[in-house]
Formats: sequence, C-alpha cells, structure tokens
Amino acid sequence: MIEVQQITKRYGQHTALDRVSFSVAKGEVLAFLGPNGAGKTTTMRILTCFMPATEGTARVAGFDCADQPMEVKRRIGYLPETPPVYQELTVTEYLQFVGRLHGLSGKTLTSSMQRETERIGLGTVQHRLIGNLSRGYRQRVGLAQALLHDPQVLILDEPTVGLDPKQIIEIRELIKNLAGSHSVILSTHILPEATAVCQRVVIISGGRIVAEDTPEQLSARLRQSEKISLTLKSPAAEIESRLKAVQGVQNVFTGGASGTFLLECELGRDVRDEVARLVVTSGWGLLELKAISMTLEDVFLQLTRHEDGLAPDAVVASADPAGQLT
Amino acid sequence: MTPVQAIIAKELRSYFVSPVVYAVGSVFLLIVGLLGYLYVVFAGAQAIQLMQMQGTAQLNLNDLVFRNLFASTRFILLIILPILTMRLFAEERKLRTFEFLLTSPVGINEIVVGKFMSVFIVFLGLLGLTGLMPLMLALFSDFDWYPILTGYLGLVLLGALFLSVGVLASALTENQIVAAFVSIGILLVLWLLAGLGSLLGDTAVGQAVSYLSFMEHYDHLVRGLVDTKDLVYFFSSLVLMLFLSHRVVDSARWK
Repeated sequence: MIEVQQITKRYGQHTALDRVSFSVAKGEVLAFLGPNGAGKTTTMRILTCFMPATEGTARVAGFDCADQPMEVKRRIGYLPETPPVYQELTVTEYLQFVGRLHGLSGKTLTSSMQRETERIGLGTVQHRLIGNLSRGYRQRVGLAQALLHDPQVLILDEPTVGLDPKQIIEIRELIKNLAGSHSVILSTHILPEATAVCQRVVIISGGRIVAEDTPEQLSARLRQSEKISLTLKSPAAEIESRLKAVQGVQNVFTGGASGTFLLECELGRDVRDEVARLVVTSGWGLLELKAISMTLEDVFLQLTRHEDGLAPDAVVASADPAGQLT
Repeated sequence: MTPVQAIIAKELRSYFVSPVVYAVGSVFLLIVGLLGYLYVVFAGAQAIQLMQMQGTAQLNLNDLVFRNLFASTRFILLIILPILTMRLFAEERKLRTFEFLLTSPVGINEIVVGKFMSVFIVFLGLLGLTGLMPLMLALFSDFDWYPILTGYLGLVLLGALFLSVGVLASALTENQIVAAFVSIGILLVLWLLAGLGSLLGDTAVGQAVSYLSFMEHYDHLVRGLVDTKDLVYFFSSLVLMLFLSHRVVDSARWK
C-alpha cells in the first residue's frame, strides 16, 4: 500500500533523511520510532505530499506522491503533530468543513460525521467551540478529521500525545481495530505504544533506518547475551569467582545494592538452574533470581545511542524495571 | 459544495465569529459616514455663500461631495483592508493548520481563490453599507448617478487589488502584524508611483511608472470614465497578485 524507496531529503546542507526505504502492506500497522529530530515528521510530510523528497520515490496506493499528489491526498488521512483545528469553529462545523474539502456532501457527509463522532467519542462536545476544548479532545477531533473520509491509508504523527491514560487505551484500541482494513503508519516515541498496536517497527535515527522488524524479533536479535539478575541475603567474599566458574557464565558484575549481582551468560543457554543450585548449596540465601529480557526500550536506546559511542552495556542500567519509561 | 465554496464558507464563518470584522467594519463605516457628513456640511455652507452673493445657487453634489468622498475612501481602504487580509494565511501557518490544508485534496489555486473571495465578500458587504449615503442624499437633492456608479465600480476594483496584495503579504509570513505592514507598505509604494510618474513628466518612462500606480486608473472611474485600459490594469494586477500568492504558498511547503 505504501512503498518508499531510497528517499533523501535535504534542507540546504542538512540531510534530514538519508536513503530511507520501507513498505507497508495493506491492513498493516507500522510504528515509526525514533528520537526527536530523527526524520519521522519529514517522512510523513513527504508521504502526505506536503513536501517533495529531494531524491527517491514514495508511492501510496500505487500513486506517486510527486506526480499524482491529488490521488494520493484523496487516499490518505493525516493527523499532524499538532492537531490541525480551527479554534473558532465548533466540532461539527469543523468536521463539515473537512468533509467538504474531501468532496463529501449531503447524506454521505452526515453519516461519516456521525460515524466518527461516535467512534471517537465526541458526542458530548460536538456543539462546542474547539478553542474551548481540552488538549485531549482537540487531539480526538484531529483524529476524527483524519478518519472522516474513510481513507485507505492513515498517517498519524504521535496520535496519543496529550491524552489521559484511559483515552490512550481507547485510541490504541481504535487503531488496532482499523488494522486489517486500513494501512496505518504511526510515529511515536512512547515505546510501549509501538509494542501494543503495531505489527512492525521501524526505528529511525539521524535520518536513517537503523532497524526494522517485529517488536519481539527486534529485541531477540539485539540481545547479545542472556542476563540474569541475582539477589542474595548473605553473599560470601569469593562469590564472584565461584559464580564465574559456572559453565556458561561469562561475566559477573556487582549490582548497586549490596547482594545483587548481574550475570552475563552465553547466548541461548539458561544457567539459572545451576546458579540456583550453587547458591543453595553454598548457603548464601537466595532472595531473587530472574532473567532480564530486553524491552523495546532497551533496543531503542541501544540502536539510537550507539552512534554516540555508548557501549551496549549502557543498556543494562535501563533494564531495571523501576527505571522504565512509560 | 465545491472545495472553493467550502473554503469561502469556513473563512466567512471565521471572520464573523472574530471581533476583527466588527471592529474594522464599524471604524470604516464611522469614518466614511463622518467624512460624508462633513463634505455635505461644507457644500451647504458654500451654497449659503453663493446665495448671498448671487441670489441663486447651483450646487453640484457630484463635485463637492462624492468626488471628495471617493478620494478619501481610497486612503481609508488602504489602511483597513490589510487588517482584514492579514490573518488569511499567516494564521494558518502560525496555528499549524497550513499543513492540513495543503495535504487535503484541494489545489493551491482553490485555496488562494477561496480565501480571496471570502474577504472580498466581506469587503463588498461593508461597501454596500456605505451605499446608504447616496441613497439618503438622493431623497433631498439632485445629482448625477452615473459617476457614482462608476465610482463604486472603481472602489470595488481598487478594493480587490488591495485585498489581493494583502493575500500575498499574508502568505509571506506567519506573523499577522508583519503581513499587515507589508501590504500597507506595498500599497503606499504603488500610490507614490503616481507622484514619481508625474515627476518624470510626459516621457515614456514617466507614463509607464504612472500606469503602474492605481491612482490614475481609479481617478478615471471616479470621474465617470470607464476605459478598457483601466479595467485591464485592475484585472491584470489582481491576477498577478493571486498568482504570486499561489507561488509563495507553494514554495512555503519546501522549507
């Protein structure tokens, strides 16, 4: 449904996108993940025909964004980063205007407006001025605007920003329900969002695609070693060398709190059983033993930070569940 | 409803829910009304003088009232029309709705024309209200309607030109104040070109420079002369300004 090939975008000397290629199948939901300034919005602006690419081609539903922008625009619903609402209009007036720009009229317009008002939960505010609505409601109005003409392709730039947790869950449900009938690209820097709603994740950093896969496979692929965290009640002095002696353990680090250790083990080998046996027979008092799996956040940080010369080990620190962003 | 009609309807709605139209409109009508009153009073004073000197007085309201009024209105429009046009594109850019407009399946042509038409309709409404003045004067006096109608045609054309310059200025920036200033500046330069032209005298350059100014074209219409040359001037400059606005809006996407 969406094909992007070798797109480059330069602003004068600055290269915002560097030979980016990816594709989205019909009915697929793709997350665009990246730090601020990575090129997410630029990519979306090219796809929505707002700006042309310096090099490369982008096609939406078989139409080239540079040559047939009208055909592309008709098939796309776009929610920019800031919801594009007119504060002096009421929700109904605004949706009416959007629908007319898309050539809807009469009964089709009324029924489309009704559908989106219900689906997005705007019923209670439809006669209020948008300027008087909260940030969350404006975001919803923006989303209704993108969905109004029932486009084949939806491009959502950070769709859940400014919403409260309940609304976020609702919008995610909505996007999940759209999958199958619509192709969706959504950009986000909220990582659980990508895991929650998307089949595929593209991680972009510094204008380049650094990874593209399903959320699960991304974390599996980037795991260079299995990590185990171990908490003991009464650790002995020689514990590090004893732990290292266990088959498969490559490295032992002392954790921040006393009695915590981090074991780095060979990939694909579970040493928890042996470690537990060792701890119990030595009488160190086992309090906790668990495998640390890499979350998408770790993957993201690792991929996007790598360029700054940070060692992959830096990820370990953020693997602590308490330090996770939500 | 076509996209152009949708844009016109939306812009009109935006104009009439904001206080700008009411403020600008009432100031415009107040000043024009006051000026009209003053010109009529002066004409009356002159009539009394003539009566005392000659015994009779033939008052020409066309010369004493309307021609002065049309000349003054020109200046008032130059100041207030940029205030009406300044928000058209600048506000869209500031509030980030510009991107939405350009990613909807509507051509830039249609956007520019729609926005121009909306403010043109507002202007026609305000101008229409000033028509009460000649209608009221017609109850109490006699005058020639023809130069008044051509004068109004002149105001309509002049207003369209001013508004198109305002649309262009608004497309250039996201700051509304800057947009209003730029359009007032462009219009004053166009005005002063008339002075520069007469300074250069009756040479080819002088005539060309004078032609570029709206002054002589408007004056012809106020005096009751409807010349194709003047109509061509107004229509071609209007099209040029809207075309330039189109180019500016189009190029704003590249930045």
